[in-house]
Amino acid sequence: MNPILTELAPLFPEIFVLAMACAILLIDLSLSQERRHVSFGLALLTLAGAAALTLSDHSGAARSVFHGMFLDDLMSDVLKLGIYALTFTVFVYSRAYLAARGMYRGEYFVLGLFGVLGMMVMASAGHLLVLYLGLELLSLSLYAMVAFQRDSYPATEAAMKYFVLGALASGMLLYGMSMLYGVTGSLDIAAVRQAVTGVSAANNVVLIFGLVFVLVGLAFKLGAVPFHMWIPDVYHGAPTSVTLYIATAPKLAAFAMVLRLLVGGLQDLAVAWQDMLIIMAILSMAVGNVIAIAQTNLKRMLAYSAISHMGFFLLGILSAGANGYGSALFYILVYAVMSLGAFGMVLLLSRAGHEAEQLDDFRGLNQRSPWYAFLMLLLMFSMAGVPPTAGFYAKLAVIQSVVQVDLVWLAAVAVLFSVIGAFYYLRVVKLMYFDAPADTNAIQSGLDMRALLTVNALALVAVTPWLGAFLDLCSRAILTLA
Amino acid sequence: MQNVYLAIPLACLAGALVSGLLGKVIGRAGAAAAAILGVAVACALSFVVFHDVMVAGHHFNGPVYTWGVSGGVPMEIGFLIDPLTAIMLVVVTFVSLMVHIYTIGYMHDDSGYQRFFSYIALFTFAMLILVMSNNFLQLFFGWEAVGLVSYLLIGFWYTRDSATFAQLKAFLVNRVGDLGFLLGIAAVFMYFNTLDYRAVFAIAPQFATATMQIVPGVDWQVMTVICLLLFVGAMGKSAQVPLHVWLPDSMEGPTPISALIHAATMVTAGVFMVARMSPLYELSETALSVVLVIGATTAITMALVGVVQNDIKRIVAYSTLSQLGYMMVALGVSAYSVGIFHLMTHAFFKALLFLAAGSVIIAMHHEQDIRKMGGLKKYMPVTFVTAWAGSLALAGIPPFAGFFSKDMIIEAVHYSQLPGSGFAYAAVLAGVFITAFYSFRMLFLVFHGKPRMDDHTKHHLRESPWVVTGPLVLLAIPSFLIGLLTIEPLLFGGYFADALKVLPAHDVVGRISRGYQGLGPFIAHGLQSPPFMLAAAGVLLAWLLYIRYPQLPDRIRARTQPLYDLLLNKYYADEFNDFVFARGARGLGRWFWRIGDVKLIDGMAVNGTARVVGWVAAAVRQVQSGYVYHYAFAMILGVFLLITFFLHR
Repeated sequence: MNPILTELAPLFPEIFVLAMACAILLIDLSLSQERRHVSFGLALLTLAGAAALTLSDHSGAARSVFHGMFLDDLMSDVLKLGIYALTFTVFVYSRAYLAARGMYRGEYFVLGLFGVLGMMVMASAGHLLVLYLGLELLSLSLYAMVAFQRDSYPATEAAMKYFVLGALASGMLLYGMSMLYGVTGSLDIAAVRQAVTGVSAANNVVLIFGLVFVLVGLAFKLGAVPFHMWIPDVYHGAPTSVTLYIATAPKLAAFAMVLRLLVGGLQDLAVAWQDMLIIMAILSMAVGNVIAIAQTNLKRMLAYSAISHMGFFLLGILSAGANGYGSALFYILVYAVMSLGAFGMVLLLSRAGHEAEQLDDFRGLNQRSPWYAFLMLLLMFSMAGVPPTAGFYAKLAVIQSVVQVDLVWLAAVAVLFSVIGAFYYLRVVKLMYFDAPADTNAIQSGLDMRALLTVNALALVAVTPWLGAFLDLCSRAILTLA
Repeated sequence: MQNVYLAIPLACLAGALVSGLLGKVIGRAGAAAAAILGVAVACALSFVVFHDVMVAGHHFNGPVYTWGVSGGVPMEIGFLIDPLTAIMLVVVTFVSLMVHIYTIGYMHDDSGYQRFFSYIALFTFAMLILVMSNNFLQLFFGWEAVGLVSYLLIGFWYTRDSATFAQLKAFLVNRVGDLGFLLGIAAVFMYFNTLDYRAVFAIAPQFATATMQIVPGVDWQVMTVICLLLFVGAMGKSAQVPLHVWLPDSMEGPTPISALIHAATMVTAGVFMVARMSPLYELSETALSVVLVIGATTAITMALVGVVQNDIKRIVAYSTLSQLGYMMVALGVSAYSVGIFHLMTHAFFKALLFLAAGSVIIAMHHEQDIRKMGGLKKYMPVTFVTAWAGSLALAGIPPFAGFFSKDMIIEAVHYSQLPGSGFAYAAVLAGVFITAFYSFRMLFLVFHGKPRMDDHTKHHLRESPWVVTGPLVLLAIPSFLIGLLTIEPLLFGGYFADALKVLPAHDVVGRISRGYQGLGPFIAHGLQSPPFMLAAAGVLLAWLLYIRYPQLPDRIRARTQPLYDLLLNKYYADEFNDFVFARGARGLGRWFWRIGDVKLIDGMAVNGTARVVGWVAAAVRQVQSGYVYHYAFAMILGVFLLITFFLHR
């Protein structure tokens, strides 16, 4: 093979996704509405192809391209595979919903694929600017997707808010990066790490400012309190298919960003960022869980639930050790799958002219469809952390990692909030099983969606026997960084 | 051989699962066949094991698998196969098999046919696990499992109020016993740090003189405390005074289970347990004395109640209580082998009596009052003959099985020097007379004299089908022969050897065996001894009162009204329990409910928290105003606070 090509081999998945996204954009122009499924199929094919490329070219060792700007290691591979799978499922879930609302257009899939490309770049970034590039590519795609339903007032409002706040957060992140550059003289993450080693954070105000601003950028992306305000409005306002997209794969990209920056670059400042993350974690668990109780809209409730889950996720990061990062990766993967299933249920119940996003829409679901009520029960149990679902083990893992670093009080706080949180998840179960249905229409959706949703929800229980293997994979994946 | 051991309980479990879970699929006959097949296999294998133990002398003690390890303590499922286990295996599976077959006829028209078979097979499984166990944990599992099935079966006809009441009562009273039992096991674990029989028995002598302080300042012997706590469990399960109240009420269950569970097997679990723990009991004379006195009290008081009962099943039930007292008396004087011997003979003749009673009940269309029976012998010859055999065995007339075991108990008490043995001797002697009296009272009133039932019932009287009479005959044979055949090998032939431990100072059986000169002299001596005279007198009195001068009982009752009322009301034990424990517990519970639950937990802790969380949620929710500049402001504020926090740390 051509030497240049050999050198670029780790980039093949990104190049493939980029090329395919551009190709679909062009092909879609020439398609009539009846043949829109060609774009859909090509988008799914792109994701499958990227997965095959990622799986095939991994030799096991970490590689880098462009002088360490782009890294290909086990963590990036795991995250990328997760992103492909989640996005694939998102596209399948969304198709009927989009079609019923006149949004079944190629742009949705093209924007989604560009977002995927952004996430892939973030997962592999070894340089502050590359990271930022990936983040912006993702964010811009998301802004556009939220505003996809142009004539919907809530959607455009949500897009506007998201854009303004996102720009603010991006500015802060960039500002923080510039300060890091000022202190260390480099934008390369590995070089930043070397430069920071031995510098006492307490004595270097600029370094602390840089750290705080970078953290704000990360917290915004994750949706940790107090940088969470956009989440409820965007989740609620955006079309459900877009919410589904925002609520799943980008969380993995955010994880990559946190690990690359905090662990890869600023590990030596752990003492400093640990305290900040403790505050954000407690606030996130508190605000997320408590306000979720007052919600009547399921999408909004799940948005607050997302905030509280980010609090739990931060528990793993802030314990600042290999165990903690591994458990955080496991948590974020499990969370993404749960979130995928939960919003998937909203999509399943919706039909033309009916959004099925109110809690009341789930009343008596057991009488309408015992099977989907059961799947929703699994999803809710998993979110609440009821054994033997994966959600329980994920919570257990992060709480264990916190206990291991002697923050027992924090573990107790986390358990307390997860008890409070159990209330609103169980309320959904109560509505499904003990209330009379308000809506008696039969559930209309394609076989593909039904099958995938079933796999999605059952996976949360079926994973239990292989739990050890998954946790092991997660802890190996972060080893190159920690 | 290990596979055979394993197959015995599992065959029963398989039968229970198949007939229970697939009952609808395989139908009534299928379910019955599955359960009976399972138990029949277990029975056949039990005889194989018995033969293996008895002839080849093979013993086994080892784990099957480790169920779990907690804090370094292995929790194992294991078997201990020794002479004691072997004899229990044979008794349990044989009686169970008879009852299974009998059930085909007795439950013929019941809608819960499959459920019943599933339960009794499950019971057999649990009872086998109990007797085969080689550690306390598995013993406790078996103990609770038989209790559970007993509970389910007492309330088998769950639409009857009286059945659910009786079921609840059995459950609650057994809680009291099980609490003691569990504490006893906990004490064993605390001192010996293991739950394995062999290890516990090996270490126990080191604790013979150890003391503990539960109440500060008072030294208690460790072994006494352990044995008494375990005995509380035995009192619950084997229905000893004052925890006996549940057993008469358990007769609400179908008759086959009264025979199997509440006469032959489960209620003797306490006796078995004490015998199994003989290495522990031998170390505490106090505990033995308590066992002796409680047993003797139960034997005499419950026999007296049996005299005034009119329900055919209740008479047999009180007789069971009294006989369990006899077994406990034997254990109390360290004659464990005699206790187990009586357990075995009793299992056969009491199961027989219950099944005979059941046969009568079927014929009488579920009329159980013996005052409305009479003269059944010409309608039900097989039931009549077998009931006679059972009653003769119960009354202790030679050469029936009960004679040998009961005579041995009385002899053993006679030889004993333990405190309380004088009282016990008087009690068991008087008990013989009363036992003979009430069992023949029942026999005469049911089978002899003039028929007192209405014409309709009388017209339909007929002998029960072969599935009912078959087991009766098969049980009548051991009721007649088993004592004659097994007394020598079992008691004087050293059959139990190391399975039961008796200190030389307590060895009454050894002393008796020195004077033993063979079966003939034993029977001849028995015929001249007070127990036989008393039994004969009891039979005679019953004949006089109920055949010869049937008007006499009413007159006697009129003269002794207060005593009669006392007995009829079972010493007011139920009333006492209702008043003190039931009402007391309800009062206490109501107090806790009103103050603790409603006000503190629900009012403050749960609803209070929920309300506060709700308020906070509603308030904080206002922050989410929807204005983008509020959001941006919150972000800036967050940055500001984080930086401030850092710079001033």
